[in-house]
Amino acid sequence: MLGAFLETLIGGLLTGVLYSLVALGFVLIFKASGVFNFAQGAMVLFAALTIARLSGEIDNKEVHLANFVVAAAILGLAVALIGWYAWREFVARGGGPDERRKMQILAAVGALVGGIAAYSYGKGAWPIWLAIAATAAIMGLLAYAIERLVLRHLVNQEGIILFMATLGIANFLDGFGQTLWGSDIYKINLGLPKDPIFLFEAVFPGGLLVDPGELVAAAIAAGLVVVLAIFFQKTRVGRALRAVADDHAAAQSVGIPLNTIWLIVWTVSGLVALAAGLIWGAKLGVQFSISLIALKALPVLILGGFTSVPGAIVGGLIIGAGEKLSEVFLAPILVKAFDLAGGGIENWFAYMLALVFLLFRPQGLFGERIIERV
Amino acid sequence: MNAIPAPSAAPTPATSINVIDVANIEVIYNHVILVLKGVSLTVPEGGIVALLGGNGAGKSTTLKAISNLLRTERGEVTKGHIHCRGERVDGLTPNDLVRRGVIQVMEGRHCFGHLTVEENLLTGAFIHGSKRRQIADDLEKVYHYFPRLRDRRTSQAGYTSGGEQQMTAIGRALMSRPTTILLDEPSMGLAPQLVEEIFEIVKNLNEKERVSILLAEQNTNVALRYAHYGYILENGRVVLDGNADALRENEDVKEFYLGIGGEGRRSFRDVKHYRRRKRWL
Repeated sequence: MLGAFLETLIGGLLTGVLYSLVALGFVLIFKASGVFNFAQGAMVLFAALTIARLSGEIDNKEVHLANFVVAAAILGLAVALIGWYAWREFVARGGGPDERRKMQILAAVGALVGGIAAYSYGKGAWPIWLAIAATAAIMGLLAYAIERLVLRHLVNQEGIILFMATLGIANFLDGFGQTLWGSDIYKINLGLPKDPIFLFEAVFPGGLLVDPGELVAAAIAAGLVVVLAIFFQKTRVGRALRAVADDHAAAQSVGIPLNTIWLIVWTVSGLVALAAGLIWGAKLGVQFSISLIALKALPVLILGGFTSVPGAIVGGLIIGAGEKLSEVFLAPILVKAFDLAGGGIENWFAYMLALVFLLFRPQGLFGERIIERV
Repeated sequence: MNAIPAPSAAPTPATSINVIDVANIEVIYNHVILVLKGVSLTVPEGGIVALLGGNGAGKSTTLKAISNLLRTERGEVTKGHIHCRGERVDGLTPNDLVRRGVIQVMEGRHCFGHLTVEENLLTGAFIHGSKRRQIADDLEKVYHYFPRLRDRRTSQAGYTSGGEQQMTAIGRALMSRPTTILLDEPSMGLAPQLVEEIFEIVKNLNEKERVSILLAEQNTNVALRYAHYGYILENGRVVLDGNADALRENEDVKEFYLGIGGEGRRSFRDVKHYRRRKRWL
């Protein structure tokens, strides 16, 4: 009994890690810009699709080529448009050092994308590390485009307006990802050991069954959290990010460039989305439903607090574990006691928990206290 | 005695002595709301210049036009130009201006509530990158001018008192090593004693650190005691300007801004008389 309980708990915690990663992306953007980024789930899907499509084995050479040409053309066009826009601004301003550096970064990213495209053209299926690197670059470009085309024009607007904008971005990304990479279900092969391992065989009869892939996922998530926590608390840019989260106007007034900060934070949360998409895709395959895990991240955020990095992690773990445990242990009891048809607790447990939290602790477990001076 | 100071000649073209030259600017919000209707002013190197006027006169807008924070509020300078040490600065970003040594302390403090006082101060040094030595020195300097902040350095700024928040905001601006501070309503919501304390520090900064100050204030009395020169704004226009001493002695300023009643000026015709004497620039 204890063995089964622990097994369920571990399985739940490892699923929870994925919720945590998605929630983490939300927290980052919310902290730095006060925007509730509804597009986070779409970003996870987009990243996963990109990796899967770039690294995947292609059986039909013809389809692959056509897809690739379209993708390269659209990407090239996007890079050219952004480059043109940046160049125009650069000329208009008489070219400060900041703008010049931005141009250089942009050119480097463009060259990277172009080089990778050329490489792939000769080779077909990409090695996984290259696919991940290319996706990281694409997520950076995406962040740049979002900042340039959407956020820049909405500085100091109401939260709800920014939220609506991210809703638009989410739908655009869902569709655009499919335009680029097709709507089939893909597999990501990370080359991780698939055979389950057994822990503590001496303690429990038969040991505990654990999927090593999920352990790797947990390790990645833990690493990300540590890095991000240090980044936010200890570094100059992290401090600036928190300052921007508190007060856009004041941050601008002391010389913190909002646009750069937003670019950084969207890129970082794009990378977090990439990690989530990678792990999720490796585990369950890449399909449209990934973008719906954004909805699972909502209760995680309410539980952990919208502004807390550790909160997102702990919230994800609690929800992941709680879901699985309630499904396995609570459901049979309920079914027996009330003569119900079935379980399905997994689907609503998280939201119930979130509701309870909203009633009694609206800032979440670790959320920043709502400062109100009387 | 000449009650009204002779209107100064049309604003002098940018010279090296003036840190800020505002020439005849017009500001429109949201493409329709005309707020400034041709404001000109200059801030000389090392001076304290007060910008006075009632609610909605356009004081904050003038400051934001200089620091370029206007654009985020959908405001726009549509006419005139702004020079900073002879260099044209309208059209730059707030970040560019901070790098040129011009920083604004916004109305209502605007501290970062969830950051500690010390973290608030450190954000002011953002443009200086990671020059640790210099930042540590500047932090010491700020604590020297505002000893109170040293005691509260680890408290969240959101929980400190209004006076401490104002000090934090000014200290934060100092961390950027400014040559000019645009100070918007430092007296807002503070007890009179605290207002004096803050103005004393501002005066100190001006004298010891050679920081030029452009001060927007409703509290005409205090502002004119500390400033060297003053401009009075009404309805988006400069209606009166002159040395602070001259303004303090001016009958109109006394009656309408300092609340010292002039003798026998109670009828409406007298107020109309005042309106005629104002300078429309």
